[in-house]
Amino acid sequence: MVPLMEDIPLESTLAVGAIIFFIGLFGILVRRNLLILLMCIELMLNAVNLTFVAFSKHLQDLGGELSVLFVIPVAAAESAVGLGLLIAFFRNAKSTHTDQLQTLRD
Amino acid sequence: MSTKLFFFYLFSILAILGSLWVVLKKNPISSAFSLILVFFSFSGLYALLEAHLIAALQLLVYAGGIVVLFLFVIMLLQADKPSTDFPSIHKAWLLLSGCSALSLLSLLLFHFDKTVFPHSLGHWSLDQIEQKGGNTLVLSEALFSEAILPFEATSLLLLVAVIGSVTMSKRHPSVQKKK
Repeated sequence: MVPLMEDIPLESTLAVGAIIFFIGLFGILVRRNLLILLMCIELMLNAVNLTFVAFSKHLQDLGGELSVLFVIPVAAAESAVGLGLLIAFFRNAKSTHTDQLQTLRD
Repeated sequence: MSTKLFFFYLFSILAILGSLWVVLKKNPISSAFSLILVFFSFSGLYALLEAHLIAALQLLVYAGGIVVLFLFVIMLLQADKPSTDFPSIHKAWLLLSGCSALSLLSLLLFHFDKTVFPHSLGHWSLDQIEQKGGNTLVLSEALFSEAILPFEATSLLLLVAVIGSVTMSKRHPSVQKKK
């Protein structure tokens, strides 16, 4: 029997996830403000979570949702560490612009 | 159009608009608030997909933890002045990254329409989950039995992340005294 996702088509959910993922990717490429970069990383992680959950419902398996249960705390930990790094960096640079990330180059 | 489909489109459009605002707004605080909108619509999408535990966790962890963290950092760094990076971006670079993101996206969307997704189903149909006691119970049973190793590893990771971020962001007293 063809599995229905109760009126929500799988392709639409995956499309939404893909669109948001690439909006986040575009944000990482374009924006120079470090805070916004970290927010775009969170956007990408969320899009991947949506894809996991969509497949978990389509295949009627719990593996996708279990993966999301681990992606969420890892994303939280990574954003906390990233913001800590940002604070430490800001103390010297006094700005959140990525053009200031030059000490290794100079 | 059924109710579920209507709400699916509503949450999807809100999520996409919110993510566009995150990327395109100049003020970091506007971006943070648009991120809250994105997380709420994602939570709605998870609820529509019958993933109730993840919908609740999304609100608790992401909207209630990570965005609060961002806002605290914006407050500490006083970075709420409108960002000046937009005028300095080369139009060519904007165009290039926009076109590459759009082309990769359209490649993916094309394959989503053409691919036949597998129908070999696992055994957790909605009736089965309902009968067992609900999404949360089923997920937590799986979490503490099959996925116990990643669970413990994640708790260790969170501990390390807490120690690391506190160490990195605290002020070091100057220890330049020579004896």
